[in-house]
Amino acid sequence: MRYSALEIVKQGLTGNTGWTPAWREPEPAAEYDVVIVGGGGHGLATAHYLAREHGVHDVAVCERGWIGNGNIGRNTTIVRSNYLQPGNQPFYELSVRLWEGLEQDLNYNAMFSQRGILNLSHSDAQRDQQVRRANAMLMSGADAVLLDRAGVKRLCPYLDFDNARFPIRGGLWQARAGTARHDAVAWGYARAADERGVDILQNTEVTGFLMEDGRCVGVETARGRIRAKKVAVCVAGSSSRVMELAGMRLPIESHVLQAFVSEGLKPTVPGVVTFGAGHFYVSQSDKGGLVFGGNLDGYNSYASRGNLPLAEEVCGEAMAVMPMVGRAKLLRSWGGVMDMSMDGSPFIDRTGIPGLYFNGGWCYGGFKATPASGFCYAHLIATDTPHETATAMRLDRFLSGAPLDENGHGAQPNLH
Amino acid sequence: MIIDHPLLGPRDASEFVYLGDALSMERPGVPATGEPPGEADIRVMHDHVHLRDNPAGLLRELWFHEQGDRSWLVVTRDTRTHRIERVELARDVALARAASPAVDGASDLAHPAVREDGSNRPEPRR
Repeated sequence: MRYSALEIVKQGLTGNTGWTPAWREPEPAAEYDVVIVGGGGHGLATAHYLAREHGVHDVAVCERGWIGNGNIGRNTTIVRSNYLQPGNQPFYELSVRLWEGLEQDLNYNAMFSQRGILNLSHSDAQRDQQVRRANAMLMSGADAVLLDRAGVKRLCPYLDFDNARFPIRGGLWQARAGTARHDAVAWGYARAADERGVDILQNTEVTGFLMEDGRCVGVETARGRIRAKKVAVCVAGSSSRVMELAGMRLPIESHVLQAFVSEGLKPTVPGVVTFGAGHFYVSQSDKGGLVFGGNLDGYNSYASRGNLPLAEEVCGEAMAVMPMVGRAKLLRSWGGVMDMSMDGSPFIDRTGIPGLYFNGGWCYGGFKATPASGFCYAHLIATDTPHETATAMRLDRFLSGAPLDENGHGAQPNLH
Repeated sequence: MIIDHPLLGPRDASEFVYLGDALSMERPGVPATGEPPGEADIRVMHDHVHLRDNPAGLLRELWFHEQGDRSWLVVTRDTRTHRIERVELARDVALARAASPAVDGASDLAHPAVREDGSNRPEPRR
């Protein structure tokens, strides 16, 4: 069924009883060409692009829970392509371009809103860093504008310009960045993939890998064995748990990241604003709540919840940036499981085991990467060669001396 | 989260800085002969620095009491629930290890780099 304004009218006039399920709930087949482990944003996007770009339709996505229950349903919705490293920035710019055409491609309203992102800077050194980053963005074909203090004030007059401790010196503005409705991204990719013949298998946890002569030939699941020519894992925070089933250790630690939403407020924050003197980011959803977050709690966790000291730190940063939010009530907070890598950058790579592919290490930045991750992972799975924007995202890059370390903090996952 | 420091009693976790898996205490040795490290040694060091078990369950981890007595602690904590089972001074853990090394005398740090089946899990310690 194609969604359209006409369809809404037609269905509305006939009691809305004609809508069809967005995706089927098939029984698992005995074998597929590709089994994707993980039905999050990246897994579903991978299935969609395998079918659309490479004509590979015999695909199953094994999701241990329900579509949308993982990080795809928990993130702070930010989309941007403002990275520094040449091994990263072209990839994220590819992702933004895919975002720009996504709703037409998927025939689904993902509410992608290019409302812009403003990174504040608070010192000369930070401004110099932003000049460098802006140039890297321009070199990748992305848009970037450097603003001085007056420019930031015109854009966001409600920020704390009197703050003597964290004076606002200027900012880096990317107009094409923005936010999207994260649930809709999952549903849109699921529906589009399903329409192309992909089997979405919910409540189908992968409990093991089938190996024959050192080659991965399928998966063991809660709903039985499924054979496959290729198995592609993308399970974010569960990466270590799943790859352990194949005897692999990863350069990843799983950490909790908390996120917060305030009560609904009148439209005040038009785009995404990030704090330069700490780790804090905020935007305003269309329901009016401020959606914001900051640092990791800092310790390994699979609990999907954090502790109060971090909540206090994030709210303190909110007050340092925009004191007007002080009276707003916090509506809800939650946590997710972040696959923090040793350099803060992701992996889209084959493993040492033929037939087994790995995609992970997205840290807390996986949402914006959803389209490009799916696109590049599908490319790797289908052709066994990396996409040109993802050639640096290798599992062995620490051994080969080519880490993708955006903030230069070294092999300490909780600092990235 | 409260960490029951062996000397100072229960302290809030925010007084500490988190390092990570306590396995990082067990550094690979340099070749005994004094020769420069070979490929295998480099691989062992790479695995030690970059690869992690990252369990969903009990983890022995290093916490630094930055805002207290600046001691290092080895905390045994369940990463699924944050429940802390045991807290020891890292010094005591290191001394205990030195007092009773691996049974067969071989270094328990000599993990093979990559096994024939493509996996890179260390051999189980004997």
